[in-house]
Amino acid sequence: MSDKIYRVNMSNLSFKIEDVPQDWMGLGGRGLTSTIVAAEVDPECHPLGPNNKMVFAPGLLSGTSAANSGRNSLGAKSPLTGGIKESNVGGTIAGVMAKLGVKALIIEGMPEDDSTFYHIHVTKEHIEIERVPELVGKDNYFVLDSMLEKYDKKVAVMSIGRPGEMKMLISNISVKDPKGKLRSHGRGGLGAVMGSKKIKCITVDAEKFNEASASIVDMEKFKAASKVFTKALKDNPISGEGLPAFGTNVLVNIINEAGGLPTRNFRSGYSDNAENICGETMAENIKARGGSTTHGCHAGCVIQCSQTYNDKEGKYLTSGFEYEMIWAFGANLGIRDLDQIAKIDALMDDLGLDAIETGVTLGLAVDAGLIEFGDGDRAYEILKYEVSKGTHLGRIIGSGAGNLGKLYGLVRVPVVKNQSIPAYEPRAIKGQGVTYVTTPMGADHTAGYAVATNILNSGGHVDPLKKEGQVELARNLQIASAAVDSTGMCIFVAFPALDEPACLPALIDMINARFGTTLSIDDVMNLGKTILKTEHEFNLNAGLTKHDDRIPEFMKYEALPPHNVTWDFTNEEIDAFWDF
Amino acid sequence: MAELMEITVKLFAQYREGRFKSQQRQYPKGSTAQHILEDVGIDKEKLPVGVLMVNGRHVEEDFVLEDGQIFTIFPKVGGG
Repeated sequence: MSDKIYRVNMSNLSFKIEDVPQDWMGLGGRGLTSTIVAAEVDPECHPLGPNNKMVFAPGLLSGTSAANSGRNSLGAKSPLTGGIKESNVGGTIAGVMAKLGVKALIIEGMPEDDSTFYHIHVTKEHIEIERVPELVGKDNYFVLDSMLEKYDKKVAVMSIGRPGEMKMLISNISVKDPKGKLRSHGRGGLGAVMGSKKIKCITVDAEKFNEASASIVDMEKFKAASKVFTKALKDNPISGEGLPAFGTNVLVNIINEAGGLPTRNFRSGYSDNAENICGETMAENIKARGGSTTHGCHAGCVIQCSQTYNDKEGKYLTSGFEYEMIWAFGANLGIRDLDQIAKIDALMDDLGLDAIETGVTLGLAVDAGLIEFGDGDRAYEILKYEVSKGTHLGRIIGSGAGNLGKLYGLVRVPVVKNQSIPAYEPRAIKGQGVTYVTTPMGADHTAGYAVATNILNSGGHVDPLKKEGQVELARNLQIASAAVDSTGMCIFVAFPALDEPACLPALIDMINARFGTTLSIDDVMNLGKTILKTEHEFNLNAGLTKHDDRIPEFMKYEALPPHNVTWDFTNEEIDAFWDF
Repeated sequence: MAELMEITVKLFAQYREGRFKSQQRQYPKGSTAQHILEDVGIDKEKLPVGVLMVNGRHVEEDFVLEDGQIFTIFPKVGGG
């Protein structure tokens, strides 16, 4: 069965199923979404207007039995950054689309009649587009439950809550996970793009394809490579032990001890709140209260870094309770009660809000006088009663950190390309800072995770407080990440890949076995380079310049405790990133 | 008897199991990171050491500590 491009035009509510053009055959995930966005979206278009497109694409290995291959990419022009965006998610969508033979789902246009929202249901060779007035004004779990009533329980579901309907820049697209909870196509305000196209939810039929696998040319070779790959993931102390035991939140303590945990709106790199919110405390709570420290965000995950988190009475509070969320509300906004952060996390899943953008915006809202550090009750109320309803205050918070900073005349505004900086201080983890300023995505930790080598001693060690070697490190990691994001692999395969020689060749062998190709490591790295350059060129054509590849100015003159470091790169040093 | 120094030793992740989170401990002057690892019973065979820091700066096992420093010990951890 050959894969197809599924294309929906919301302007006239029609669809087409197309053959895959030759040039796109060898692409998947981010490689495909960025290629299609660059080819078909006018870089100067308004991201919330009729000429932006949403491109969903499973990775090259999604839908196969390869471990950790269930990641999906979504590409579009971002209304938050004004540049290209690739957002990567777990959940069940990638596997289901790949098994159905959907190489990419492209959604273009927007309805002239914007009085209601639509539901798009993708089945084999057919797409239904119907009005769903009954879902308007509802949030993600209501939509998810409605879809599970209507279809087989394995149906893949993506939806937006009220903030997405209102085209808020802190809104995500929520994606059903294997346990019926939610993951997010996060960052860049992509929920707003879906809202602008008047799409409330997208479902993909899994009923007839439950047991099928995406096609594989050489099954024997695939199985052999898959075995080596899975073993590398399981034997690695990070992916095999640390992540399953403590989750991504294990990072709170190590980043804090290194003086790189952004605290009270990026005033310090050290928080006295770490012990209350860290992964060790979270794991203790889970043990004492029931719940589970291991949960895979997608089928076939052998790392199982996610979790189910209960309250003191043993009642379910949230799942997918990740480091970035806990940092943003714990260290940066100063909430000391992990359970209160969990309650906010569950609310944000339901509303479809981006953990990083929302948390950083609320941290900045302290400086604007709208909330106080540590006031979890107020943070919850603002999201539940202001943001969800689109009150004036809700709209201000909903517009993200960069815009809030402008409205209130603030200077300490931690954004790059108008997108909030995540949970690693660029002044104290300089390699990560280089990724923030250079990636075409706006401040994004997943684009090139230099924390691995600056702090975690994965792939060697480069001193986090010094400039030497950081630009090269960030470049190499961004190239590798762009390639990995095209395979459908979870980015955490990077930990074994950085330290275990058998891991990366096995990954490439699986791709070759699936498609009957003879790609080498160099070919795959070249793919990463091409993707980065394609994205960069889109941004330049969208009006971004090298002057947007810059850290917020306050980081150049405010020394960050405890190491009292500033951002000290010259513009020339940063611009040299693109010399490849 | 050798002169003693005060070191705050902090343990994280699996290293806390059956041990402690943070303790003030006394060591002979001139003690190395390796000496303290052995003293608190870190078995590198069982669970490899990931990161050692003194006062928030990465160090190697042969690093010689000084009085009043904070020594943190992590197994291999990652996330993101």
